[in-house]
Amino acid sequence: MEKQWAIETQELDIFYGDFRAVKHVNLQIEPKKITSIIGPSGCGKSTVLRAFNRMNDFIPSAHTTGKVLFQGKNLYDQDVDPVLVRQRIGMVFQKPNPFPKSIFDNVAWGARINHYQGDIPELVETCLQKAALWDEVKDQLQKPALALSGGQQQRLCIARALAVTPDIILMDEPCSALDPIATLKIEDLMRELSNNYTIIIVTHNMQQAGRASDFTAYFTMDADRAGTMVEYGETSQVFTRPQNKSTEDYISGRFG
Amino acid sequence: MSRDNLLLHIHQVQDELLLMGSMVEQATLKSIECLKKKDIEGAKAIYNADNVINEKRYAIENSILILIATQQPLAHDLRLLAALLEISAEIERMGDYAKGIAKVVVKLGDADIPLPMREVEEMASLAVDMLHRSLSAFIAEDPLTARKIPAEDDKVDKLYQQVQKAVIQEMAKEAKVIDSVNLFMWVAHNLERMADRVSNICERTVFVATGELGELEVEKKHLD
Repeated sequence: MEKQWAIETQELDIFYGDFRAVKHVNLQIEPKKITSIIGPSGCGKSTVLRAFNRMNDFIPSAHTTGKVLFQGKNLYDQDVDPVLVRQRIGMVFQKPNPFPKSIFDNVAWGARINHYQGDIPELVETCLQKAALWDEVKDQLQKPALALSGGQQQRLCIARALAVTPDIILMDEPCSALDPIATLKIEDLMRELSNNYTIIIVTHNMQQAGRASDFTAYFTMDADRAGTMVEYGETSQVFTRPQNKSTEDYISGRFG
Repeated sequence: MSRDNLLLHIHQVQDELLLMGSMVEQATLKSIECLKKKDIEGAKAIYNADNVINEKRYAIENSILILIATQQPLAHDLRLLAALLEISAEIERMGDYAKGIAKVVVKLGDADIPLPMREVEEMASLAVDMLHRSLSAFIAEDPLTARKIPAEDDKVDKLYQQVQKAVIQEMAKEAKVIDSVNLFMWVAHNLERMADRVSNICERTVFVATGELGELEVEKKHLD
């Protein structure tokens, strides 16, 4: 039987107007593993990540060619509802962005708008537990989310993403605004979550990619300024025996 | 620290490693010289100087640990530093072999026993030459040369067998020389081990250059 990837791209090209930002990406993401996407600024890694749940739709000039397959279906087919895509494939952003509401309402938000039929307080507790935040906030669920620390806010955003029961969680530099302790908590959480979810993380932090991910994809900018994937493999291999000179140069700090 | 600075530090560690290699080469050749001339004072000096080699190894290890901790080297840089760590340990051990030979010289004193000196001299010269070239290949990151050197160990092994045979014949002739010739066997044994350890240096050279980590000359490891 053919292997079922969590996400598979085929000849993915992403344009902003006439400018091709990303080209020829053929990437197969392992299910229930952590995959990091690394590369210099402007190499298209965040653009690719956003393509995985159609977040680029919000950029008027952006359009995509090629395929992004999720459970055998191209996410860019005409009949696909991007809102449903984002339920199955959630996103956590660089800067924690909780709603200016209570901790409880932040997690309950997605469930409510989706007319969740189950027990919402139970769902909120489960998600906060999965996001390793429950013990810290269980007695203050009505407190404003914005009163939490940066690291707690980021875990709250992860709990909020989990509440709509996704299969895949995309993380765009989720720790860049956090201190080392909060960063390690998020990394531990990612490891825990990877038992049940596929995680794809964009990071500038090489050590984080090395520590936290099972697979690493290295992107760089081609001569025409389009981002392209030059190497993809197990993190242990990419960080010790990269096959490509450009990967070697980047991870060894010979770049730019 | 910039990349240039990291490279500068790596080159310093490489220089120290080469220096350590040459100290071991000298100690080995001198120990054989002392054996030949029954130079007990010279042998004692070699024995006592081994701690300088050991100290150098600790200094190299410390420098590498600091570079790993502060620079978080990856890929080729990481392989190179890991190899330097391993090779410095190999060379330190070779220094112990030279020290062991010096100890034998002291123990043998001026006993007058017919020993296969020529074979042992040749073993030392071959082993030292292999070490020297293996370190040059390591610094040059030349995997082709590194892959060829371990096969030369065969010559050292053959000489070792010749020494064993000669020594056993001496033992059979005269029982009272058993202790002395047994000590002499250790000289040959140490040189044989030294040549063996050169293979490990060559393996690391291949690793640094290509990323492949494995034994060279695997076929020799199986018993017929």
